[in-house]
Amino acid sequence: MSPSRAAASKRPDAAPVFAALGDTLRLGLLGRLSADGPLSIRRLSEGTGVTRQAITRHLEALGRVGLVRDARRGRERVFSLDAKRLEIARQYLDRVAAQWDAAAARLKAFVEVDSR
Amino acid sequence: MSTDRIEKRVVLRAPRSRVWRAIADAKEFGTWFGMKLEGAFAAGRTVRGRLTIPNYDHLTLELQIERIEAEHFFSYRWHPYAIDPKVDYSSEPTTLVEFRLEEIDGGKGTAVTIVESGFDRIPLARRAEAFRMNDAGWAGQAKKLAQYVA
Repeated sequence: MSPSRAAASKRPDAAPVFAALGDTLRLGLLGRLSADGPLSIRRLSEGTGVTRQAITRHLEALGRVGLVRDARRGRERVFSLDAKRLEIARQYLDRVAAQWDAAAARLKAFVEVDSR
Repeated sequence: MSTDRIEKRVVLRAPRSRVWRAIADAKEFGTWFGMKLEGAFAAGRTVRGRLTIPNYDHLTLELQIERIEAEHFFSYRWHPYAIDPKVDYSSEPTTLVEFRLEEIDGGKGTAVTIVESGFDRIPLARRAEAFRMNDAGWAGQAKKLAQYVA
């Protein structure tokens, strides 16, 4: 079984994943990797106004929870999104679904009060 | 499992005409949904609304009304989880929200199916942003509305 299949078949505790995302800069990095990845640290720090060292620390935090992984390309370290991206998509949908559950319950209460 | 769409079906003990009004009348929609909408729903029209949910009442949303078929079907597009007032979401993909109404129990009840789809087109980082949001506001509002309609 490939690593991504293994990650998809079980649902590990997602909390650390989302804790690692509670930061605008990290979300920005994830967005760049999602759109243009894999990217080097040099490319990822362009235009952020943040040092490469700081960018590296953020990337490593994302790496510890399995959101990104890195590889060597010549003398550069390049980062790309890892398998946990599916976890985000799933958990996001769970949230949207929970909000619709709540909205449907409010709709029910709203129309049934007139019709008793 | 699809990451693109959610579907909910709810059975309401109210006639379809009553349920239709609660969905297709902007004022009634806003009452149970939790937003104050400016103007009536009409196909092709964009209706803006301000959330009335505590902590999120500084946010405005736009509903791009797509299709209205009296007592049967209502749909609109919007930007899901557009929670950052500093971000201009207008150039980003939208999701489609559809309400389908069905008479049941010889007209005494109504089944409503709600489908929201198109999430796979929403950038992953945008979806991740939703986890910065504090949900206490939504839960609190649901409670308040339950009291209001009780």
